[in-house]
Amino acid sequence: MKRSIPLPRRGRRSRWAAVALLAGLLACTGAVAAASTDRQGPDLAAYATPTPADVQAGRQLFVANCSTCHGMNAQGSGTAPSLYGVGAASAHFQLSTGRMPLRASGPQAPRGPVSYTEEQIRQMTAYVGSLGPGPQVPSAQQLDYSGLSDEQIAIGGQIFRTNCAMCHSAAGSGGALTQGKYAPNLRGVDAVSMYEAMVTGPQSMPVFSDSTLTPENKVAVIAYLKTMEDNPNPGLTLGQLGPVSEGAFLWGVGLSALIGIAVWLGAKAR
Amino acid sequence: MATPPPPTQPEADAALASTTGPGSDSQLVPAVPARFEDPGLPEHRLRRTDTDPRAAKRAERTVSLLFGLAMLAGVGFVVAYFAIRITDPTSAIRSTQFTGLALAVMLLCIGFGAVHWAKQLMPDHEQIEQRHRVASTPLEQQQAGQILSQGAVEVGLPRRKLLWGSLVGALATLPVVGAVPLWGLKTHNRNQTPAQALSHTVWRSGMRLLKEADKTPIKPSDLSLHEVVHVIPQVTTAQGHLRPDVDANAVNSHHELTLNELAKAVVLLMRIPPGDLKEPAERKNWSVEGIVAYSKICTHVGCPIALYEKTTSHLLCPCHQSTFDAADQCKVVFGPANRPLPQLPITVDAQGYLIAQSDFTEPVGPSFPERG
Repeated sequence: MKRSIPLPRRGRRSRWAAVALLAGLLACTGAVAAASTDRQGPDLAAYATPTPADVQAGRQLFVANCSTCHGMNAQGSGTAPSLYGVGAASAHFQLSTGRMPLRASGPQAPRGPVSYTEEQIRQMTAYVGSLGPGPQVPSAQQLDYSGLSDEQIAIGGQIFRTNCAMCHSAAGSGGALTQGKYAPNLRGVDAVSMYEAMVTGPQSMPVFSDSTLTPENKVAVIAYLKTMEDNPNPGLTLGQLGPVSEGAFLWGVGLSALIGIAVWLGAKAR
Repeated sequence: MATPPPPTQPEADAALASTTGPGSDSQLVPAVPARFEDPGLPEHRLRRTDTDPRAAKRAERTVSLLFGLAMLAGVGFVVAYFAIRITDPTSAIRSTQFTGLALAVMLLCIGFGAVHWAKQLMPDHEQIEQRHRVASTPLEQQQAGQILSQGAVEVGLPRRKLLWGSLVGALATLPVVGAVPLWGLKTHNRNQTPAQALSHTVWRSGMRLLKEADKTPIKPSDLSLHEVVHVIPQVTTAQGHLRPDVDANAVNSHHELTLNELAKAVVLLMRIPPGDLKEPAERKNWSVEGIVAYSKICTHVGCPIALYEKTTSHLLCPCHQSTFDAADQCKVVFGPANRPLPQLPITVDAQGYLIAQSDFTEPVGPSFPERG
């Protein structure tokens, strides 16, 4: 090709831009995943014996922070449920995972930064727990899964696959539900939150009461999830979301690479 | 195919002139020639590596670099093979990953280097080979025919009729051997048509509902609001006379059921808040204290449905997003499914455990031809 003016090099400069972008994005998701794990669990012993002073302080916090939606006496309203009988475990789950106070109305309250101190959460939990009988915050001994045998952990895995995997996926990485709702990722969630979610059934999640899923079985499920967390899949897991992310990767990255190579092979040298 | 000879220039001009008649407005309508001139082959362009020795040198260096990288990756493979000791599953995966990566880099570098070499540095002559007729000449065709008929005579095709007839017979019997076992797929139970087999499950009147997790019976009080339990049938001969081979004393004899029978009979049990539950008059006694039981098999293509959303009482099928309203007879509210999930009528027995009133009143799972 005869050209008197040299070709502009704009096209060649961005040759590695897509690769760099992909690498950057992967690094970012890795950092986010790393940041979300290893959250320190709360001191659960203090929740076992709420004092009248705790309930009183919790009520004041409730009136100041929650009553706009849940009503002055926690009786609920058109936008928020009544808190009678939901139990201390429900209040503790919602507050300690930062799902409440709700930041914006939407299909589902997402996990978020915790808005209150440990002390305040304990007081509000004591207040909600005093409203009526309901699931209690489990004790640290109850949640201790360190002594479980491999066999018990495997049974926990069986229970998880029967009762939980259809929404949270077999890898516990969560999944989509209808109309913007979703089952959250379970990796990096602390044991007490998992236990409370099972007994209270927050948001779209059904309830798994102690009569249908014994506390021992619940702990086995937690042990199974923690074992999976401790033995992560090496390599590029693509979020362990199954065919969605794997298919997107193959169709997007894999096929693009093949087309690119085919075009290069067929192009005439200049 | 022989290419027609390109028309000579005067010929083409004459053809062009014939399309534009005298006196026509040939100024406005562009003339279309009757026959286009063969444009010939595009001009051969020299590559930069052909004209510029520096470009050729650069291409040579690039190719050598790629081959060098392939060598390095090969060394990397050997290093990874010996450096990563396989002691547990994780290190086994690591070993495969790194040796695989090294091998991939090596093969890709060799491949890319070879292609780059061929494209940039190997001779770039253009050669033209005209197409010719594919068919053989009539003489060759005649000779081939003669060889075949002569061969047939030599192996005795016309003479040994019995031999050839029996060979054809033997080969024709071969597909029958393959086809006959397919007959056995028709139905497992020879007393039933496929439609009958599809229309029933193992559920019978009085059969207890068992939790799939621990195979224990269920009391209504076990279920709190919005609780979901995965249920399988408890097969006993005492009530159902289901299978003569089931031991009446073996209460939890699930091993007696085939997996297919069990898979068809799986049920999801839910307690719906009394205010939300919509039941027609004929189904009023199918539930117990707001506890309803529905088949877990999607009526679309048979995936197991168990994604229950507490806030809406909707059941979502993970395969194609069919959504059923568990509070309203599991009617389809979204997705490709065409029928509601069949409901299992339940009640409680003398000991207070949940039992089935009967089998499902309609076939579970996807539609089939006989169902209409």
